Amino acid sequence: MSAAVNEHLGARPIDPHKLGHFGHEGRDITGRGGGGPADKRIIVGFGFWIFLLSDIVLFSAIFATYAVLADATAGGPGGADLFDLGNVGLETVCLLLSSFACGVAMIAASRRHARLTQLGLLVTGGLGLLFLVLEIHEFAGMITQGAGPERSAFLSGFFALVGCHGLHVLCGLLWLGTMMAQIRAFGFTPPIQRRLMCFSLFWHALDIIWVGLFTIVYLMGSIQ
Amino acid sequence: MFGKLTWSAIPLSEPIPLAAGGVVMVVVATVLAWITIKGHWPYLWREWITSVDHKRIGVMYCLLALVMLLRGFSDAIMMRSHLAFAGGDGQGYLPPDHYNQIFSAHGAIMIFFTAMPFMVGLMNFVVPLQLGVRDVAFPTLNSVSFWLTASGALLINASLVIGEFARTGWLAYPPLSELRFSPGVGVDYYLWSLQISGVGTLLSGVNLVTTILKMRAPGMTYTRMPVFCWTALASNLLIVATFPVLTATFALLTLDRYLGFHFFTNDLGGNPMMYINLIWIWGHPEVYILILPAFGVFSEVVSTFSGKPLFGYRSMILATMVICVLSCVVWLHHFFTMGAGANVNGFFGIMTMVIAVPTGVKVFNWLFTLYGGRVRYEVPVLWSISFMVTFVIGGLTGVLLSVPPVDWVLHNSLFLVAHFHNVAIGGVLFGAFTGYTYWFPKAFGFKLHEGFGKAAFWCWTIGFYLAFMPLYALGLMGMTRRVQHWDDLTWRPWLLCALGGAVVILIGIGFQVLQLVASIRQRRTNLDLSGDPWDGRSLEWATASPPPVFNFAVIPDVVGEEAYWGIKQRAIETQQLPAEASYQAIEMPRNTATGFVSAFFSTLIGFAMIWHIWWMACLGLLGAYAVLVAFAWRREVEFVIPATEVARIDRERRRIREQFLLTLGKPS
Repeated sequence: MSAAVNEHLGARPIDPHKLGHFGHEGRDITGRGGGGPADKRIIVGFGFWIFLLSDIVLFSAIFATYAVLADATAGGPGGADLFDLGNVGLETVCLLLSSFACGVAMIAASRRHARLTQLGLLVTGGLGLLFLVLEIHEFAGMITQGAGPERSAFLSGFFALVGCHGLHVLCGLLWLGTMMAQIRAFGFTPPIQRRLMCFSLFWHALDIIWVGLFTIVYLMGSIQ
Repeated sequence: MFGKLTWSAIPLSEPIPLAAGGVVMVVVATVLAWITIKGHWPYLWREWITSVDHKRIGVMYCLLALVMLLRGFSDAIMMRSHLAFAGGDGQGYLPPDHYNQIFSAHGAIMIFFTAMPFMVGLMNFVVPLQLGVRDVAFPTLNSVSFWLTASGALLINASLVIGEFARTGWLAYPPLSELRFSPGVGVDYYLWSLQISGVGTLLSGVNLVTTILKMRAPGMTYTRMPVFCWTALASNLLIVATFPVLTATFALLTLDRYLGFHFFTNDLGGNPMMYINLIWIWGHPEVYILILPAFGVFSEVVSTFSGKPLFGYRSMILATMVICVLSCVVWLHHFFTMGAGANVNGFFGIMTMVIAVPTGVKVFNWLFTLYGGRVRYEVPVLWSISFMVTFVIGGLTGVLLSVPPVDWVLHNSLFLVAHFHNVAIGGVLFGAFTGYTYWFPKAFGFKLHEGFGKAAFWCWTIGFYLAFMPLYALGLMGMTRRVQHWDDLTWRPWLLCALGGAVVILIGIGFQVLQLVASIRQRRTNLDLSGDPWDGRSLEWATASPPPVFNFAVIPDVVGEEAYWGIKQRAIETQQLPAEASYQAIEMPRNTATGFVSAFFSTLIGFAMIWHIWWMACLGLLGAYAVLVAFAWRREVEFVIPATEVARIDRERRRIREQFLLTLGKPS
């Protein structure tokens, strides 16, 4: 087995597409126009961005739905009656700190510092988990009050939108655990670095969506 | 234990679905038995099922589309033959309950499992070849996308024998599709099969956008890409931008049906019109997701068979991208009667009319490409010309319908049905057939039989006009869509004519089946050794037919538009091929069962959710996660084709090419 077979073992290949040269007419490989296929790291990052954009479109559809249904409380409780901004603030802090920890982990990973990376990811995951626990607690409280998603279209929209974000966080946590195990098993090989990059993009994107949720659902819902 | 699933789910008391399901099962069982007896499983597993080669995946997409076309067409001819005899005292032979399932299944299958896989398949096969690269950006993801689409197709067909399908029309409008009015599993079959295949399409869109924007041969700048790549880019951008909306919409309806949410219900603040807005925010761009690649196919074919560069290449790109953007701001014309008010209707009506302008630019560009060209009237050109005439008629009736007051009168009538079949068949399906005929020799190394191809073409074209022009008249006479029985006897001749048209189309399909069989049997006489059977102009014709797994032994350097045409002309002038490059070893992605196994688990999840078998759904989710972990832990992801092997394959191609050059001779 040649070293090139296995990117897990070898360093980054010098000429990944076997062009026999670096781009066209002496220019560097840029992927923008004449340079020939881009580097794999660029391709993976770019592709994942496209995926994230599509995920944001998905959220925007649910956001729009929520906005349409925000006043359709059908005589049931509205946002001002239900939201506990203290709890939501705590959730926000958890998520933002978790993103910070994720950033630290990424810096550590780019310096190939395994222990710091794992620690950073552990903190990322711990805070993410805490966020989920707080959210589930909030949901359970509302449901026991009789303000579950069946109560009104407004609450349907609320549970779907916030729940969809929570589901993303849950998937992110699963991914995170798998990622930590992969770093242990393989070290910082190029594929692992690429996957870490995608994970951190994903995790930060969830923060961006949370900022939208916090503002549109909780803050605007509380001042009605 | 098995949720809602009991023996009563098998429709033993209904002869028609039972017989149809029985026939399908017998055919499937025969094919499986034949494969087993012949011992083809290892070959199929190794070369196709686990393949991550974009060419193989593209071929499998097209095959899926052709099989589903048969299924969708059998629904169509059942409807036409029922309706022809369901007037006055005649009752036809389909009970209303079954008739409603058939028109719902026909629409859903034709759009999601015939038109979509056909176009995605052509793009998958052709785009990397035209860009001069070795594969798509994410080969394994590509396999996952295909198998998810196949998983959806399996589920929608399972509804034929286990349970029932939706009776709600192909877009499942609420409140009819809500649990209160559709308590059976029909809508659930609809939701889960389309949800799963929709995710597959979305991933495929991400893949192709990344491929086109980030992986092109050196020198292949944006304004040197073949128009098919541009239309594929536009189509996949639309997929990425709108399929998530479909996913969200279906998810919300699923929440309504499974967990008692109130998004689209009539009570507790739900808003059914919101579903109709959301679904068309996906649905109208979807029309262009399908037609844009077809436009690309026609551009390639018209230019190749006229022996001229495409007229107005840059205006073609511009028109494509303008359509891409405008297609996202016309969705409301699907429900002018919602009552949004004159201004809103006026805006969407005008936008709809505006979209006819770039489309007109395209039609004129094709006409000017043909004008003054030495047109070779082979089968792909016949389809293209028929498309131009038919599509313009369909487009004109579309512009007519975009006028809100006219739409107010004609909406929900057979006039509308005639219009969208006019563009869907005359545009998308003819485009798919054109691409199928045009690129078949590239995929398999031999041409399709020309005589049967022409026969099929004439049957489809004549059959189309016989079947759908009467529907315009019927629409103007007041016949609404989705009726199971009619009383106005003046409609009878028109409906009989439409049935006749469907029969002619059936004969056309028969010719297509014969064409495929005859072509495979006589493949030695139709061999394409040169790799360039049509005197092509873009890079897919620069390599052998079928292309080697790595597409190009040496990634081509592109200098100017029509990359291959330039290379070929230089070779003809100098009577020799460009000097042999120094061959290097090539790394290609290894086969993997990831796609197949993840689709297995998603089928399991879908089936379990449809029948409320919760433990099985959990099992499916666990399995899907396990597949992901297994994929992440693969150690050997690529294999190397040694330089000597690359050299051997390419020298063989060069030897044949050189002979081919001699036959072309020097241009006068």
